[in-house]
Amino acid sequence: MADIKRLAGMLQELDDLLTRCMRCGLCQAQCPVFARTGREADVTRGKLALLSGLSREMLTDPAQVREKIDTCLLCGTCEANCPSGVKVTDIFLRARAILNGYMGLSPAQRLIFRRMLPRPKLMNALLSMSALFQGLFSKEADPVIGSSCARFNAPLIRDRHFKKLAKKPLHRQVPSVDTPAGASGLKVAFFPGCLTDKIYPGVGLAALKIFKHHQVGVYMPAGQACCGIPALSSGEADAFSSLVRQNAELFSAGKWDYLVTPCATCTATMHKLWPEYHRGSLGRVITDNIMDVSQFMIDVLGVKPFQNEADKTPVAYHDPCHLRNTMKITAQPRSLIEAGGRHTVAELPGGPSCCGSGGSFNLKHYKLSTEIGLEKARAIGATNAPVAATGCPACMLQLTDMMSREHVSIPIRHVLELYAENL
Amino acid sequence: MPNDSLQKEFAAVVGQENVMTGESDLHAYSYDSAVLDQVSPAMVVRPETSEALGRVVKLCNENDLKLTVRGAGTNLSGGTIPHSGGIVCLTNALNKVLEINEDDLYAVVQPGVITAQFAAQVAAKGLLYPPDPGSQAVSTLGGNVAENAGGLRALKYGVTKDYVMGVDFFDVNGELVHSGSKTVKCVTGYNLSGLMVASEGTLGVFEKLILKLVPPPKAIKSMMAEFDDVGAASQTVSSIIAAKIVPATLEFMDNFTIKTVENFRGAGLNTEAAALLLIEVDGHPAQVEDDASQVEAICKEHGAGKVTVAKDANQRAAVWQARRDALPALARVKPTTVLEDATVPRSKIPDMMQALKRIAREYKLTIGTFGHAGDGNLHPTILTDIRDKEEWKRVEKAIDAIFDEALALGGTLSGEHGIGLAKSKYMHLEYGTAAIEYSRKMKSVMDPKNILNPGKMLGPLLT
Ligand SMILES: Cc1cc2nc3c(=O)[nH]c(=O)nc-3n(C[C@H](O)[C@H](O)[C@H](O)COP(=O)(O)OP(=O)(O)OC[C@H]3O[C@@H](n4cnc5c(N)ncnc54)[C@H](O)[C@@H]3O)c2cc1C
Ligand code: SF4
Ligand code: SF4
Repeated sequence: MADIKRLAGMLQELDDLLTRCMRCGLCQAQCPVFARTGREADVTRGKLALLSGLSREMLTDPAQVREKIDTCLLCGTCEANCPSGVKVTDIFLRARAILNGYMGLSPAQRLIFRRMLPRPKLMNALLSMSALFQGLFSKEADPVIGSSCARFNAPLIRDRHFKKLAKKPLHRQVPSVDTPAGASGLKVAFFPGCLTDKIYPGVGLAALKIFKHHQVGVYMPAGQACCGIPALSSGEADAFSSLVRQNAELFSAGKWDYLVTPCATCTATMHKLWPEYHRGSLGRVITDNIMDVSQFMIDVLGVKPFQNEADKTPVAYHDPCHLRNTMKITAQPRSLIEAGGRHTVAELPGGPSCCGSGGSFNLKHYKLSTEIGLEKARAIGATNAPVAATGCPACMLQLTDMMSREHVSIPIRHVLELYAENL
Repeated sequence: MPNDSLQKEFAAVVGQENVMTGESDLHAYSYDSAVLDQVSPAMVVRPETSEALGRVVKLCNENDLKLTVRGAGTNLSGGTIPHSGGIVCLTNALNKVLEINEDDLYAVVQPGVITAQFAAQVAAKGLLYPPDPGSQAVSTLGGNVAENAGGLRALKYGVTKDYVMGVDFFDVNGELVHSGSKTVKCVTGYNLSGLMVASEGTLGVFEKLILKLVPPPKAIKSMMAEFDDVGAASQTVSSIIAAKIVPATLEFMDNFTIKTVENFRGAGLNTEAAALLLIEVDGHPAQVEDDASQVEAICKEHGAGKVTVAKDANQRAAVWQARRDALPALARVKPTTVLEDATVPRSKIPDMMQALKRIAREYKLTIGTFGHAGDGNLHPTILTDIRDKEEWKRVEKAIDAIFDEALALGGTLSGEHGIGLAKSKYMHLEYGTAAIEYSRKMKSVMDPKNILNPGKMLGPLLT
């Protein structure tokens, strides 16, 4: 009991944030997890009430609360629509750190977050080894989508239709770039992010092709570290800060106008969470300079949707939550799809919603994540578009898995890949 | 606390995965949208079929377990705060629209259907389900009926009760009682459906609802009028009605709310204005044109500084955005938001506004007022911090004073938010003891063991 008091004391720092919730319950309309389970402890209002209950010593079992706090995609949909402006992501990230500090991480998480993730070189080496061997473990499930399902029921892999690690990650194909600004007069720092590097190098290559075409200079240094969100969302503040510091130093060393990424999650993390949670200097990497690539293309470069009468191919576009909710970016990726002149955007029936990926949520709550994802796959299928697109490699990974299971056999592309095809 | 064997019985009825007994799950059902003390139930069940719902009610009665039915838990009066040792029964798995009948203009739904989702399905068939409470994106139709929810369109279209044609409900023995009909006319027996409306889960558990639908208006016109005097604004309201025009919506915002909304959205509202009226007329296109210009003229006659008539869908959306922003904007000012619901005859709005000003001053509180001017249903919103014990005492006194004032002006305790736990202690002020006793006697016959949401509406539990 004395211990619960200590935890309650630690949670007190959230009190001001928590009391902002007026318990109106309107988040029930937004939360994809609640939509599946119908349980109050899964919706934002419930989760906040649990934290507040724990901090007021109305509850005795922090493990139950932690499980509920972890049952969250951190998609930010509730926050973007909360009438009372509750800082939900902030509360959940802080709560995860507090609960971890109090209860500890599993040994496997400790290994990953404290030992491996903060060492980009070690991570790269380990992953390229597994890329060599993965052919042994998976069979082609749906060649059109390019996913492969696990032949063996490995604990983490279960019956997923996994996208394979790239044979040659981006950092091996293009180790680094440093080109001057061309006719555009602009130079970007390019942060591909882990998933682009290791699973979708094609997205990175597309971005580089686009920059070259529009005569934008590029600074892409070798040795980039992960943006830190897996660590932060697991409550590992130290590992997070160490990753941010490495990146901040690396990018501050170059000259550029904007730091751009093709990954919605990286953009949102760098934009919102780096300044908020990093203990230390960010050098030149400040919020105003950080952009999603499509946002840069449309808002800064001034690329326009292409007007012509030609028959266009509809593209089912999925809004990544971290662009839509966190960055409020919805128009730019759509404009970019239409800018190539060959595609038109097909909106998903039922409007935008989360794909159910949510980083490690997908690993911990595979069943829930799947239910949310399959619904998304069906919505994409219902558009009858021959191709789907989105602005985040994490969503691509989830959608590949879900569309393959739902037999929606159409390719899923990054908006940058679609645009680059036309150049 | 139901023992293990009872838990098993409930599990046999609703399925193990639909029984919750963990501390955290129970805590999540200890509150609703009212600012009241939390109480955790002993068990929560989530039946997926009508049959299971009926059997849950029966099991509760047989075992003397107090039962609180819960839709979305958004009521503002504590209607879903359970009893310690009691059962919470969720309706959100009973969420099917069973029929939308376009020939006879009715729909049949399960009680857990979400209001806005239902309204959208109805709209897709070219019809209208008018009741539109501010919580419609999440509230359930069962909750709407049990609270007799109102909404923005209430002035012209009425409230939920005006759309309830029939309610099938379980009595405490788990027997399904049919009432009402799919016909416009029905005088077969007592009006039991009417009895279920606003019953707050105390008389029966709804299994199915028959709801009336109407054809939507062919044209709509919205406008916003600024006044530098609250009295003039409410005179305008009376004059519009006196001119035999019934707008679909006639909303009011006071100066504090205007300033807060403008601060929040920056849409260019006049922060000097003492009051805003937001008005929408609908109907046949020719009549709408006519009504709109007449309403505009009436506003000007009463000294409206500026009247903006929405020219297109975007401008109409901007008018309603301002109204929709009222609660979110106010809610951000202070940690705790107490949304009150006192309602007066519409001619008494200026007096009520005066009284609210006095009450805010007397108890040193911040109160922003907006609401449904057309029907006298104001939402004085007290902005406070429940953690400030001394201020909270003043808040409680101010709430008492608001009710006294509303009743003195010939009004009512609650226009649409219900009585529940929050206002049961004021009931006798409005109706005297005879009405309460009559209601208690009635309940004691229908629910002899007093298991159906006891303590709500009729006052504290006597046993
Ligand atoms: C932001 C906000 C705005 C609001 N705006 C409005 C408004 O404009 N107008 C308005 O009238 N109200 C409004 N409300 C109040 C509230 O939303 C309504 O009272 C609504 O009808 C409640 O629906 P619910 O599904 O949440 O019901 P709950 O809160 O879950 O339950 C309400 C009552 O109904 C009973 N009940 C529920 N289902 C059944 C059933 N199947 N059988 C028997 N009893 C049942 C419960 O026991 C309880 O007593 C608002 C609330 C919020 C938070
Ligand atoms: S919408 Fe916001 S204020 Fe309302 S219950 Fe959810 S988190 Fe709380
Ligand atoms: S962040 Fe997403 S998953 Fe988490 S509570 Fe909010 S809406 Fe639900």
